[in-house]
Amino acid sequence: MKHFLTLTRMRIRLTLRNKMFLFFSVIMPFGFFFLFAGIIAKGDPRVVRFLLGPVIAMAVMGSFWGLSAALVTFREQGILRRFHVTPVTAADMLASSIVANYVLILPTVACELFFARIIFHVSDFGNLFSFAVFVTVGVISFASMGLVVASVTNTMQETQVLNQLIWLPLIFLSGATIPLASLPKLAQLFGIFLPATYLVWGLQGAIYTSLPIWKLWVEVVSLLCWAILTFTVAANLFRWEPESKIPRNAKLWAAATALPFLLLGIWEQHTGSLLMDARAAYRSIENAERTEHPRNSPEPPSRFKAQPEHDTQ
Amino acid sequence: MPEPVLQVENLVKHYGDVQAVCGVSFSVQEGEVFGLLGPNGAGKTTIVEILEGLRTLDRGKVSVCGLDPQRNANELKAEIGAALQSTSLPDKLKTFEALQLFASFYSRRRDPEELLKRFGLEEKRNTFYSKLSGGQKQRLALAMALVNNPRVLFFDEPTAGLDPQVRREIYDIIDELRREKKTIVMTTHYIEEAERLCDRVAIVDHGKVIALGTPRELKARSGDKTRIEVRLAQPESDFDLIRLDGVTDCRTVNGTYILHCQRPPQAIVSLVKHLETRGNELVGLEIATPSLEDVFIELTGRRLRD
Repeated sequence: MKHFLTLTRMRIRLTLRNKMFLFFSVIMPFGFFFLFAGIIAKGDPRVVRFLLGPVIAMAVMGSFWGLSAALVTFREQGILRRFHVTPVTAADMLASSIVANYVLILPTVACELFFARIIFHVSDFGNLFSFAVFVTVGVISFASMGLVVASVTNTMQETQVLNQLIWLPLIFLSGATIPLASLPKLAQLFGIFLPATYLVWGLQGAIYTSLPIWKLWVEVVSLLCWAILTFTVAANLFRWEPESKIPRNAKLWAAATALPFLLLGIWEQHTGSLLMDARAAYRSIENAERTEHPRNSPEPPSRFKAQPEHDTQ
Repeated sequence: MPEPVLQVENLVKHYGDVQAVCGVSFSVQEGEVFGLLGPNGAGKTTIVEILEGLRTLDRGKVSVCGLDPQRNANELKAEIGAALQSTSLPDKLKTFEALQLFASFYSRRRDPEELLKRFGLEEKRNTFYSKLSGGQKQRLALAMALVNNPRVLFFDEPTAGLDPQVRREIYDIIDELRREKKTIVMTTHYIEEAERLCDRVAIVDHGKVIALGTPRELKARSGDKTRIEVRLAQPESDFDLIRLDGVTDCRTVNGTYILHCQRPPQAIVSLVKHLETRGNELVGLEIATPSLEDVFIELTGRRLRD
């Protein structure tokens, strides 16, 4: 436990000294924030509040980039082997990566909320407890995915290619950039198999719809299961030595981490309830933009009834 | 004799079809500086990394400080210190932070300040690892090996890739540790290093220990003979050269004739005379005092650095 804490401190210190961190944790998230809140939402507090979920999801998910890159560099340069001759364990190494990431993400998230209030006058951030749970579970699960990426790639180049392949669908088909409800049917079909989708829904459910955590249990439990699975796989595939080979079944294990969301996706395909909620939330935004000319909006289904109206000033 | 602090019996290690270590045995006493001398790829690093618990062994028995590196890896790690080959630290970690961080991993530890002073790194305490010179990085690596005041130190090629002046600095550090009666196991492919620093040396080639003893004992094996290395305009047969007055042995290594002789002046005179009668010419000549290199050449027919 003691090793884990000192390692975490070291990782935080090193990350703050890294210029890449400035890009991934400051420029990119705030770039997205102002793009979404200022241009797409046109500063409308209600729409900004709706888009905070996707924007924060993006910051939370972004953690996996830096993490996989850092771990692969550590291994490639023989830094990990130096730690291997000390009493430090693989679990110390992995857990400290995740916790360091979490600590570094919190200020970004807090600043985004702060700007949303100060600049865009969002007065209500919904259920803050649910929100905190999703940020935490989100960082743990996506950081663990970064660790899995690091364990199935050998070089920085391979890592970057794999990261790109994962990142693009995650942000474009999950509702993190474009609301899932506004995507074509085929893309929606694909989106419900992505963990990112459930993180976006979870965060949106917390901030926009003010749902208590137990009404978001599907999202929380699925992300949590995924986090446990990915962390276990990453810990088992962890390699200290640059020359040690990736075990033959490693890719299979890595692929197995997709299982929870494959199952959830199939179930969701069958019931369609979560997607319906997402559509309803999206429609409520569209309607809000036309409050002067209200149309017959369909009754929001299931959980979505809790949607508050009082923040439009 | 007291129980050795480190024992290796019939150690065997394969990498796929390649046999990296084939039945190596040796033991090291407390307070001894033990050297594994051999060319690159001889299996020295593999042996050391098995002792450190970084690699598994295929067969044989290994004990370090009474512990089995496979079964008691965690206890062992508290007892040993290591300066590895091909390792590094994060670029943006500062010298003092590195010592502090690594010291924090152990319950028995030395004061990082004291180590900083001792290894002449005080001025570099706030310098990023990436900004240190090769020699400074190596000094830091040695200092880091000492953070837990270990019982056994492993130095894997401590001076590889350093320029001669820096290498001497590292020698002084190891010499000092030797005077403090630290137990050190080091690998090297530099003859000079093994002769100067080690109490006992095991010469390793193709995964086997081919000779073991104090540098003096090993040199005595080759009869304390002076080595004359000559390059000739035309080839000669080893057989003719061996029969020259004063020459006791002759080998050809990469076109150079290596003559071992007990009486060098006679040998040179008779060699020149012989070449004259044959119409051959001397292109180059070098005389070397006996060293472990001779032992290696004698045993393998190759030079250490080939």
